[in-house]
This record gives sequence, C-alpha cells and structure tokens, in this order.
Amino acid sequence: MQDTQGTPEVRVFRLNGRPHAALVADHVLLLDYLREQAGLTGTKRGCDGGECGACTVLIDGRPRLACLTRAQECAGHDVETIEGIGAPGRMSALQRAFHERLGTQCGYCTPGMVMAAEALLRRDPDPDEAAIRAALGGNLCRCTGYVKIIEAVHDAVGTPR
Amino acid sequence: METLPPFRVATPATIAEAVAAAQESRAARFIAGGTDLMVNLRHGIGAPDVLIDLRGIVDLHGVWTDLAGTTVGAAVTLAELAGDAALAARYPAVAEAAAAVGAPAHREAGTVGGNLCLDTRCVFYNRSAWWREANGFCLKHQGSVCHVAPTGTRCHAAFSGDLAPALLVHDATVEIAGPQGLRRQALDALYAEDGAAHLRLAPGEFLTRVILPADSARSAYAKARARAAIDFPLAGVAVALRAEAGRVAALRVAITGTNARPLLLAGTEALLGAAVDVDAAWLERLGKLVQKQVQPMRTTLLAAQYRRRVAAALAQRLAATLAGAASQAHAA
Ligand SMILES: Cc1cc2nc3c(=O)[nH]c(=O)nc-3n(C[C@H](O)[C@H](O)[C@H](O)COP(=O)(O)OP(=O)(O)OC[C@H]3O[C@@H](n4cnc5c(N)ncnc54)[C@H](O)[C@@H]3O)c2cc1C
Ligand code: SF4
Ligand code: FES
Ligand code: FES
Repeated sequence: MQDTQGTPEVRVFRLNGRPHAALVADHVLLLDYLREQAGLTGTKRGCDGGECGACTVLIDGRPRLACLTRAQECAGHDVETIEGIGAPGRMSALQRAFHERLGTQCGYCTPGMVMAAEALLRRDPDPDEAAIRAALGGNLCRCTGYVKIIEAVHDAVGTPR
Repeated sequence: METLPPFRVATPATIAEAVAAAQESRAARFIAGGTDLMVNLRHGIGAPDVLIDLRGIVDLHGVWTDLAGTTVGAAVTLAELAGDAALAARYPAVAEAAAAVGAPAHREAGTVGGNLCLDTRCVFYNRSAWWREANGFCLKHQGSVCHVAPTGTRCHAAFSGDLAPALLVHDATVEIAGPQGLRRQALDALYAEDGAAHLRLAPGEFLTRVILPADSARSAYAKARARAAIDFPLAGVAVALRAEAGRVAALRVAITGTNARPLLLAGTEALLGAAVDVDAAWLERLGKLVQKQVQPMRTTLLAAQYRRRVAAALAQRLAATLAGAASQAHAA
C-alpha cells in the first residue's frame, strides 16, 4: 500500500464541459492541479486553506473549495472553473455586471465571487439580498467593501446567462 | 508545487471494506468532506499514509424517517441536512445548526460524521507548521506545554462543531463500525473532556449513522461568532423544550465551543414543572446552571468570560422563545 503513495494515476472527469483525463497523484489538491498542471490559473489561492473562497469552483454545479479538495476525488464528476464561464471577448451576464458595477477592483477575489454567485443563481434564479449575502459569505474581498459585489449580483438577476 | 505530503486515498464501497482498509495501516485516517482534516494536514498536523474516503459507502448516505424516529447517514452533507424540510420540521435545532456551519462551500463538502468528529480548536493549534514550531508547539501536538494553562497537564482546546449540541438535545444515538462489528451508543458517550483526546473511538472505528428518536419537544439552535457570515462558534447552544398542560415537562440544553467536548447541561430537572410562561427567576436559574458548567479557556481571541456569559444568554433567549411559543399554543 505504502509504495503507491505519490504515484500519479489517470483520473477522468469533466472540466469546463469537456471530458478531461488528469494524470495526478492522490495527494494533489484540485487547486494545485488546476493552476500548475492544467494551466487554469483563474482559480486563486488566497489563504492557508478554507478561509477565503478565492479558490471556489463548481463541482456538479455546487460551490466547493479547490484548496481543500483533491483532484483525485473529482473523478467521475463535473468540475467548472472561472475559465468555463463566458468566453474570451464574451462575458457572462454575471461577469458583465461585476465589470459594470465596479464589483471588481484588484480582481483577486473575483473568480471565487463569480463562481459562488453563479452557483447561487443556478439554484435560485431570483435571490433576495439576504440570499446573495449568504451565498457569498465564505468569499473575502479586501478591496470593494462588498457593496458593489452584492449590487453586481443583484443586477445579473433576471438577465439571461 | 505540492501543498501536501504524499498519501494514497482508499475509496471503499462498503463498511467492511473501510474497516479492512483501516487495519492495513496504523497511520491511516478516515476522511469525508475534508474541510477540517485537509486544513490540519496543510498545517502539518498528522502525516497519514492513507486517507480512507468514507463517502463512497452507500450505507453512509441518506436520511430516512419512520415512526421510531429519523436516521441520518454519517456521509450526509450539511447542505443536504440543512435543506431537508421534513427533518427541520421534526428537529428544528438540527437543521438550524447544519445551516450555521461555515459558508456554503463548507456545507456542500462537510458531512455529519466529520462535524461530529471535528478536531478541537485553539488559537495556539489552528496555525501553520512554522507558526506552531516558532511557538515551541504545545501539549496537544508535538509539544509539552499548554500555552493556555501552562501549569496544567491537559489540553483545553474547544470542541467547536455546531451539530453535536443540536443532536444531543434530541437524545441522539450513534452507530459505530469497527473491527468488532457494529455497535450503538449514546452520542454523549462519544466524547471526553480532554482537548487532545476528545473522541472515544477505538483505532479503526468510524461513525456510520446518527439515530434520532421521535421527539415531540420543540428545539432551536443559536451561536455567537466573530463574523456572522462564516465562523466557528465562540459558544453555540441548543435547547429542546416540551410543555404539557401548561407546564415545562422536558428541558434539554447542550453547549458547544466552551469545553473540550459538547456539553449536555446537567440539573435541568430542577427547572421542570414550572408554568410554561416562564418568569425571570426561572431564566436566571437556567443561566446560573450554564455559567457553572461551561469551562471556556483562553482558546479563542475573545475572552473566556465573554463566552461563559454569551452561552448563558443564548440558553436563556432560546428557552424563553420556545417556552413563549408553547405558552401561546397552550392558551390557544
Ligand atoms: C473557514 C472554516 C469555517 C468553518 N466553520 C465551521 C463552523 O462554523 N461550525 C462547524 O461546526 N464547523 C466549521 N468548519 C469545520 C468543517 O467545515 C465542518 O465541521 C464539517 O462538517 C467537517 O466535516 P468534513 O466531512 O469536512 O470532515 P473531515 O475534514 O473529512 O473530517 C474531520 C474529522 O472527522 C473524522 N471523520 C470524518 N468522518 C468520520 C466518520 N464517519 N467517522 C469517524 N470519523 C470521521 C476525520 O478523520 C477527521 O478527523 C469550518 C471549516 C473552515 C475551514
Ligand atoms: S489548549 Fe493548550 S495544549 Fe490545547 S491546543 Fe491550546 S495551547 Fe495547545
Ligand atoms: S484558497 Fe481556498 S479558501 Fe482560501
Ligand atoms: S477586488 Fe480585490 S480582493 Fe476583492
């Protein structure tokens, strides 16, 4: 059993809508896999683990922290990162609202914020302010003071995504 | 860059496979959502060679109810629990406590078993490896002195899971699997008042289910925390109260965040029989019971005395609200 520690294995999952085969060892965090191996650096590392939400991705449509998740446990699941939202030159309604409402300043928290808000809007297309605040409760922002972010999510409500 | 030291993950599909996997290595650890254990591993606390992921075991999933009560699988997530309307109607405190854990992403991953078996917490312990090393480690792990009570011989790190008190006031039983087979015991007997060894589980044992007996008491949960959006409880209190013929017929109070174990308040029998529109003197007696039994130490950034008082205040507030509702129901 011990001798297999650290040996990469092929894990197959969906990544941003496409089948994806990852050659990855069991102990590698999804965050590290995405950033270092898959080249998807949109997902951010903002803390020592679990505290800031900058690494929020969607697994099977639900918000999850890539910094506490292993790539191995994604096998058979559907993983979405900020790179899967919108397309170059074509922002999603949520991204456009963040842009237009100044919901993003330095931008470090933004991918996590957008993913957490995206998860909310898929589950509840018409959230009130309390629901928006609750959905973003695990996402820290050191720039905006949150008000602009909440306004941005509000703006995106009801616009087709 | 690799954040964690190498380990292998075992993914048993049955309880028997999980028990067998645990016997293959002394350094194996069980894991579910990983929202507690992965943080500790990142902090250099523990170096398992194998993590046994319990979530692939079908028997650990599902919430089902019959006349005798409700059974909750240990791998049920907190998000599932918080969203279960039938459970919320029967055991309000349990659903409220599940919804009060961390933030949405923690509740999507975090499980009932992981929450009940959460490691204890302390400002000197939940730190990076270099921070703890620079501070000479501590009694709980790798060191010899407790920085909270340096003359003492035991760890006072606080049990800070939200679910345990809510399950305790509903008299929960846990089912435990291990090399000896399955056994059941009161949830209360799972814990010991020792911050460095607060779980009474033998090596290789894990929780499979929580069983809640049918209960006509109404219940509620409330917690005090530094940030309302996301935080462990500085003190969390669950109260269950049942009224009969306008009198308090049953009262159970349980507290988290103040002791090394979740605490089921003793001596509440003395408060039974009072008219259910409880008066200030009754609430005062309840508050005193709480203040006497909780033992908060300087394990959080807020003062221990604050946590003692807030625990009492929350117990009084919840009991007054539940008693008020029962009193109105009686009058109607
Ligand atoms: C920023 C942050 C905030 C948090 N806030 C809160 C909070 O407010 N309230 C709160 O209660 N928790 C909080 N948590 C802790 C955690 O998210 C939850 O307690 C969660 O329920 C833990 O469950 P898990 O499945 O992720 O546990 P894991 O991390 O998988 O496991 C935790 C421990 O339990 C053991 N274990 C897991 N399942 C079993 C089982 N079936 N039988 C025996 N042992 C088992 C593991 O070996 C490990 O020691 C927070 C965490 C973070 C990072
Ligand atoms: S209470 Fe003492 S021994 Fe326990 S974790 Fe804190 S400093 Fe360490
Ligand atoms: S990097 Fe994942 S929560 Fe901070
Ligand atoms: S925009 Fe800078 S952290 Fe949020």
